[in-house]
Amino acid sequence: MDLPELIDPFARMLDAMCTPDAVRAVEGGRDAAAMWDAFAESGFLDALVAEEAGGAGLSLVEAAPLLALIGARAVPLPVGETLLGRALLTRAGQAPPDGPIALATGAGAVPLAMAADYVLSGTPEAPTVSSCAATATGLFHDLDGFVPDLEGTALRQLGAVLRAQLIAGAASRILEMTVAYANERLQFGKPIGKQQAVQQQLAVLAEQAVAARIAAAVGVRGGLLPTLHDAAVAKHATSVAAAEIAAIAHAVHGAIGISEEYELQLLTRRLHVWRLADGSESYWAGVLGELRIARATERTADFIRLANVDVTGAPA
Amino acid sequence: MFETLVLSRLPAEDEALRPRLRALIDESVAAMPLDRRARSWQGFDAAFSRALGQAGFLGLSLPEEYGGVGRGPFTRFVVVEELLSAGAPVAAHWIADRQSGPLILRFGTEQQRQFYLPRISRGEALFCIGMSEPGSGSDLASVRTRAERRPDGGWLLNGQKIWTTNAAHSDYMIALVRTSGSAADRQRGLSQLIVDLKLPGVSIRPIVDLTGDAHFAEVFFSDVEVPAEALIGEEGRGWSQVTAELAFERSGPERIYSSVVLLDVWVRHLDAVGRKDAATLRLLGALTARQAVLREMSLAVTARLVAGESPVVEASLTKDLGTGFEQDVPRLIGDDLAAHPDEPIDAELYRTLLYVSLIAPSFSLRGGTREILRGIVARGLGLR
Repeated sequence: MDLPELIDPFARMLDAMCTPDAVRAVEGGRDAAAMWDAFAESGFLDALVAEEAGGAGLSLVEAAPLLALIGARAVPLPVGETLLGRALLTRAGQAPPDGPIALATGAGAVPLAMAADYVLSGTPEAPTVSSCAATATGLFHDLDGFVPDLEGTALRQLGAVLRAQLIAGAASRILEMTVAYANERLQFGKPIGKQQAVQQQLAVLAEQAVAARIAAAVGVRGGLLPTLHDAAVAKHATSVAAAEIAAIAHAVHGAIGISEEYELQLLTRRLHVWRLADGSESYWAGVLGELRIARATERTADFIRLANVDVTGAPA
Repeated sequence: MFETLVLSRLPAEDEALRPRLRALIDESVAAMPLDRRARSWQGFDAAFSRALGQAGFLGLSLPEEYGGVGRGPFTRFVVVEELLSAGAPVAAHWIADRQSGPLILRFGTEQQRQFYLPRISRGEALFCIGMSEPGSGSDLASVRTRAERRPDGGWLLNGQKIWTTNAAHSDYMIALVRTSGSAADRQRGLSQLIVDLKLPGVSIRPIVDLTGDAHFAEVFFSDVEVPAEALIGEEGRGWSQVTAELAFERSGPERIYSSVVLLDVWVRHLDAVGRKDAATLRLLGALTARQAVLREMSLAVTARLVAGESPVVEASLTKDLGTGFEQDVPRLIGDDLAAHPDEPIDAELYRTLLYVSLIAPSFSLRGGTREILRGIVARGLGLR
């Protein structure tokens, strides 16, 4: 379902509030309370909460464009995580706390943990929210952090599905930026985008961006309880795409792309983090490989087709 | 960009075709060794194609008034997926069903439709496509095969085509030829003719490939007298017709499933030898995940065809990713098997692996090279 009446205002809000300068400032340590308050007051944080519980009652498929926009604008707060967290907590009969919620599904760095008041762990059916005592990574302008001693493995599927949407959103923004740059930047007396060698690279970037978007859509089709299969397909493809897209975008941009003051790095730094978060491509390949070998006599075409059928036997 | 490509679902009535189709396919492939099945859409069996036609699995997107089934691209997706997944020998009807039929329906005269389309739907009119020439591969607009108008309105055809898939088995060729101007006029002055390959002056020489197969051929035209009604569409509009036709050629599941028979036999091998270590499962999962995303992309392109569009750029983008995957499958599976030199491997699997490894370069040549497709994508991005 397309919900322009919800998506467009959200896009306008991000355009006004999460400009590259604003994102850079928050990453550099400026207080993000005003930005967070604007998200909280907008009502979007309860997009996935059921209507009877006071939310907008969107399905994950319907809310997916919001998640992709968060990725495309490199929002420096865990807004996507909070959307999911508030929905899971409400479903479990718990009142979600006010404030940003990060998502911890393993022992690795938790995206935007330093910008979160709370962290979600546990399982989708029985989520646990605790205050977020994160340790900084020590990287430049990094709001990610380590949050020890939490068990959230069962949330990894949903985390992967979120990362897939964030990657897909950033990928399409990077594609637009990189094509525009190739059309503007003159070398040898013509735009570099007229060079076949550059065109071929941009075509690969476009292919990966489209593959990421389609794969991310596979991830959300099962709602807040994605199957292992869908999470694996979504996160494998988007993690592969994240690394390849970052590499090509930087190659085409040249030195300006790796400068701090240019917008590209805000997005490519996130691409690398999202690729690593909640399981990389090899992690999810291993998960899918186990599912596949358990049905070794089935044809591949049947295996991937029948995965798109829910437990009631109806096509999902 | 390319946001018209979205997750799409096959209609239930098309999914419902699978059991009946599978029974028909299983009967024909039961005795075929896997390395024959791995020929995918290059395996030729005219009797099987006629049986498919009789059962109503050809001419799927052609209207019933022309002997077709009156369904559409989604139905064809299901049928093609079943055929390729099983490794059924589909070459006899492949080109006619995929592109010649739709081309004749769209650009042909009423007389041409009534003559050719029912035969195509029965699997009785076998087509090949005459595009490449010795001097014209990716630079298709440089074709030199020439048709001169004769006083009676017919054409006198001279020239040569090469790498023409299935020419030796085909009844007709849809040839891209120059009908006016010279090679310097590029896209202008090109037309498409339906050439009866039994006409005097046509000679065909099969070309043997590196696997020993002879699926393609050279075709020579020496003063071939072609009747006026052989012209398809408009004289001089051949280029735009070919472009529309190539969207059909590039969009189908045949661009993602060329190596699937090898993939499936390798999975059964892993199961048989009981190999389930982490590295193996990662490779298996990575290939499965890539196949799954490509299937969704191919289905999304098919949905654009259903909507009546000609998704030239989207099809090119999907084909480039798809053929890259198809080529990775034999390379990665070859490495995996030979990384276990003490593991027994049966001869049929070995032959399948080597066949696919050797033929794999063709995946990113046929229907437009990797570089041509990426150029089309770049044009779609506004770079050219």
